[in-house]
Amino acid sequence: MIDMSLIRYQKPETNWSVAPLRQIFNLRGDINQVFDRMFQFPFDLTRDNQFMGGWVPAIDLYENKDVLTVKAELPGMKKSDIEVSLHDNLLTISGERKQESKEQSSEYRTERFVGRFQRTFTLPTQVNAEKITAAYEDGVLTVVMPKAEAVKPKLIPVTVK
Amino acid sequence: MNAIQEQPVCTEPATVEREYTSPQVNIYETNEGYTLEADMPGVSKDGLEITLEGNELTLTGKRQQVKPTGADLLYRESEPEDFRRTFELDPAIDTTRISATINQGVLVMTLPKAEQLKPRKIVVE
Repeated sequence: MIDMSLIRYQKPETNWSVAPLRQIFNLRGDINQVFDRMFQFPFDLTRDNQFMGGWVPAIDLYENKDVLTVKAELPGMKKSDIEVSLHDNLLTISGERKQESKEQSSEYRTERFVGRFQRTFTLPTQVNAEKITAAYEDGVLTVVMPKAEAVKPKLIPVTVK
Repeated sequence: MNAIQEQPVCTEPATVEREYTSPQVNIYETNEGYTLEADMPGVSKDGLEITLEGNELTLTGKRQQVKPTGADLLYRESEPEDFRRTFELDPAIDTTRISATINQGVLVMTLPKAEQLKPRKIVVE
């Protein structure tokens, strides 16, 4: 004997357990995530400028308990052509890559960018502006920024009375 | 037209994880030869390997991944892969006189053309 149970008829579009429809449902969640991520810190650190034809050097940001470290890939620069400045909590790395003029040559292929670049972004914590150091080696600029005393994690002793 | 032509480096199917990234290059040509500049930030002389097989020139640059001690990576835009790019050389290049230097992450190579293949005027007697 066939056991027939009464189940409510569900219109197909509301049946999210059907595999292809679930993917679309997940896609909506993914798109929401993309928008949420855009407004997390540091939301101004994006490389959108690249599509406008400028040079946007790659930046990495590290943090340990004492310092923030920024590494920027800037191959082929002269130290004197790189500028690092801090204003409030905005770090700006900028400069100009100049092209040494080549005598009488035809440019067969040019992919390397020449010209000005600038990246500005908000640092996630307060830093001590006086103690910032920057080094340039192998085309990588490393900026080390000691955190301001006020924001360093402190161990708060717990006393029990 | 004979010139420095590029060979594709990855011939694996797309599902294989890519091992290398291609450095950006500038190539100039004069009557004397070619000059090649390649951007390889984070690569020092020790991490650089240039091989010539037949008339195929392969540049490989290993990045020094220097992570600050005890630090967390908050944000990354640089690519972790090493650099690699292959070129097919113009047969006019004298491969015994190719030279290379690397400074601040930029590799500069000089590839002179062989003497007898340089454009030259022929005097009419």
